[in-house]
Amino acid sequence: MGADGTQRRAGGHTAVSNVSTTDETAVTPYAVLPEVPRLADRLVDQLAFPHRDRYAEMVEAFRSGGYETCADLCAVDYLTHPGRTLPDGVQAERFEVVVNLLSLSQRQRVRIRVQVPEADPVVASLVDIYPGVDAMEREAFDMVGIIFEGHPDLTRILMPEDWEGHPLRKDFGVGRVPVQFKEAPGPR
Amino acid sequence: MGLEDLQHNFLTGKMEDLVKWARRNSVWPATFGLACCAIEMMSVGAADYDISRLGMEVFRASPRQADLMVVAGRVSQKMAPVLRQVYDQMMEPKWVISMGVCASTGGMFNNYAIVQGVDQIVPVDVYAPGCPPSPETLLHAILTLHEKIRTGEITRRPGTSIPAGEQATGGWVPTVPNAVRVATPR
Amino acid sequence: MSDDEFPEEDLELEGQEHLAAEEATLYAETSEGAQELLPRQEVGDVDLRRETGAVLRLPEGNYINPDDIDIERRDDETMIINMGPQHPSTHGVLRLMLELDGETVLRTKPIIGYLHTGMEKTAEELTYVQGSTNVTRMDYLSPLSNELVFSLATEALLGVEMPPRATWIRMLMVELNRVSSHLMWMATNGMDLGSTSMMIYGFREREMVLSFFEKTAGLRMNLNYIRPGGVAADLPDGWQDDIEVICDTIMARTFEYDELLTGQPIFRERTEAVGSLTAEEALALSITGPILRSTGVPWDLRRTMPYLAYDEIDFDVIVGTYGDNFDRYSVRLNEIRESIKMIRQIAEKMPAGDYRIQDRKVTPPPRARIDESMEALIHHFKIFTEGFRVPEGEAYVAIESPRGELGCYLVSDGTSKPYRMHIRGPSFVNLQVLPVLLRGGLMADAVAVISSVDPVMGEVDR
Repeated sequence: MGADGTQRRAGGHTAVSNVSTTDETAVTPYAVLPEVPRLADRLVDQLAFPHRDRYAEMVEAFRSGGYETCADLCAVDYLTHPGRTLPDGVQAERFEVVVNLLSLSQRQRVRIRVQVPEADPVVASLVDIYPGVDAMEREAFDMVGIIFEGHPDLTRILMPEDWEGHPLRKDFGVGRVPVQFKEAPGPR
Repeated sequence: MGLEDLQHNFLTGKMEDLVKWARRNSVWPATFGLACCAIEMMSVGAADYDISRLGMEVFRASPRQADLMVVAGRVSQKMAPVLRQVYDQMMEPKWVISMGVCASTGGMFNNYAIVQGVDQIVPVDVYAPGCPPSPETLLHAILTLHEKIRTGEITRRPGTSIPAGEQATGGWVPTVPNAVRVATPR
Repeated sequence: MSDDEFPEEDLELEGQEHLAAEEATLYAETSEGAQELLPRQEVGDVDLRRETGAVLRLPEGNYINPDDIDIERRDDETMIINMGPQHPSTHGVLRLMLELDGETVLRTKPIIGYLHTGMEKTAEELTYVQGSTNVTRMDYLSPLSNELVFSLATEALLGVEMPPRATWIRMLMVELNRVSSHLMWMATNGMDLGSTSMMIYGFREREMVLSFFEKTAGLRMNLNYIRPGGVAADLPDGWQDDIEVICDTIMARTFEYDELLTGQPIFRERTEAVGSLTAEEALALSITGPILRSTGVPWDLRRTMPYLAYDEIDFDVIVGTYGDNFDRYSVRLNEIRESIKMIRQIAEKMPAGDYRIQDRKVTPPPRARIDESMEALIHHFKIFTEGFRVPEGEAYVAIESPRGELGCYLVSDGTSKPYRMHIRGPSFVNLQVLPVLLRGGLMADAVAVISSVDPVMGEVDR
């Protein structure tokens, strides 16, 4: 259910199913570490913004609260968009690690966004909690340069081993070759 | 058997003709499908657009047994040395069809990750445009290649060094960047 | 002949040096260093446990004694071989390094990235109108699924509602795409298991679906048909007859495939109990799609978290039991049948109306109007040069593609180009199941297992 109890349909995509659960052990997303700042969202119940230090703890809490699988983990570089919407008490940094968790039993998704500073791009690895994020964290490392502490094999996964730079960073150019009769636009 | 075949003398002309006929009617492709174009290449090998009628349905897994490399799909930076290795493992005479726009020029992906044209790595005989080229386009490319074999030289292949005085015959030496040049003798 | 006549050492030395230098250069050109599978002596115990999949079989909090690892071997008894990236059976440019003891597979490591195209970076340079041309080439066996998820994410950020006909046309095309993708899978799976006829049959059926796509969208593959705002064009006249022919023919042919494969003893022997997976392992590895359903978990996003209009049509979710190759095969075969049923229902229930949203800020006007109205011309110009602006925000939308949960995480900064587009490719995540499935099996089974995982390297590498 949405924050105000209604089910929204946005763009033909039903919001989180309004199946309400009477299971006592099931955890509503707001109950997990309630002191962590949150934002409401049209499509998922909430976006949680834990601090780096509480990130692994929060993910572990969600896992024990019935979120069996991690759907997606990615990293975003906010170098050229610093003015994004964040709740109070969350300081914007250059990088963000975004984790989408999925609960099959409750048919719900939650999204966790962790701010990662540029000077010290280290974040805890979730491999011990969800082994499936192994490849996803390697990709975030390869493409954006986030270092996941505790990851057993943090090597490049998509680029060749001797590649320098992290392609999805905003200061890494597209690498466009000039094409005759078409001006080659520079990076954003 | 037109006049163009009577190159050296009329005796060897007939033999050259026979050799070229044999070569173009059993060009065996190597499996080098990379991306979406590979699916269209498989469609060409399947029932509706059958290349078995051209003698080509046997896609050889081993490049040593193949004559034709159809580079079907986008070639990424990581794949480029592998492409060159597979090409080098093929025995002469060998041909390359660059299938699709990504293989020909880099296609819609003009960025850091894709080699802008496979002819930067291997010499290409026929380019087949399209994204992906429909099977009919690939068939046309194959038939163009057959024409090229039929009317071409049997002793000289693209990529071999040509004496300066003979450049006019259209010999072409590709510039292979050192980074992907493999230490095998030409 | 005495040894003096043939001084073997000298010949060996000369030949070996030259060969060793050449091999070293060849190896250096294509080696991927730390991304590859390292020999046992260089791997620590923790990594060895992880690579052998033992981590997944442990209850939390237990630590394994290194001597307890099953199939323990010494270094000199095992051999690390390389499969791919150019290989007839790896379903694209997947490179697998396998550690073998004889024919038994011990450790596996997939090395990917050979088809990395920088699509997520390219998406930041293309407008939302152009975005679906980029995204469609990720999972090239079901291009409409990629386009659909990108369009849904864009529409979620725009906050617009699709007209019903657009939604139902999208459903029709996506289900047809599912049929063609599963047929392609059955063709290549049959081929990998030795049945060349299955390859020909699968492609023959697929051609029927592709010719319908060509009639509707203009292209057989990578159709840029589902766009933010609706679909590119209405269905052609007489489409109900075409759909009826497709449905009847393919449904009848699925029973022929039963005759060819399902009951056949060799096929059963090769696929049953090969590559078994439990539901806990699958959920721990974030596996979704037919692989997860084959382990017994009835999770299908079309049923559990419906999008488009899937809650208005009637279909079953196909679930297996053992999670082996045969279960994955039967899940996909029956999904073809379910999709055919769905397509029939969609064809009956297709509403009339607009095939794309009428909001002129999002959808280009009809071409005829451009001659008549200045406003239409300006809208057309703005949409195709600058693109439409999407309000700031982020969205994660997921659909059920033929391979699993396909998600699109879209971040917009208010301009006409996405700020960050990340596609959660199901095959990228599903490939992590390979070390678990291949362990303890034979080399020949490796080919069958890779095939049943159904990876499409375009969405693995993006």
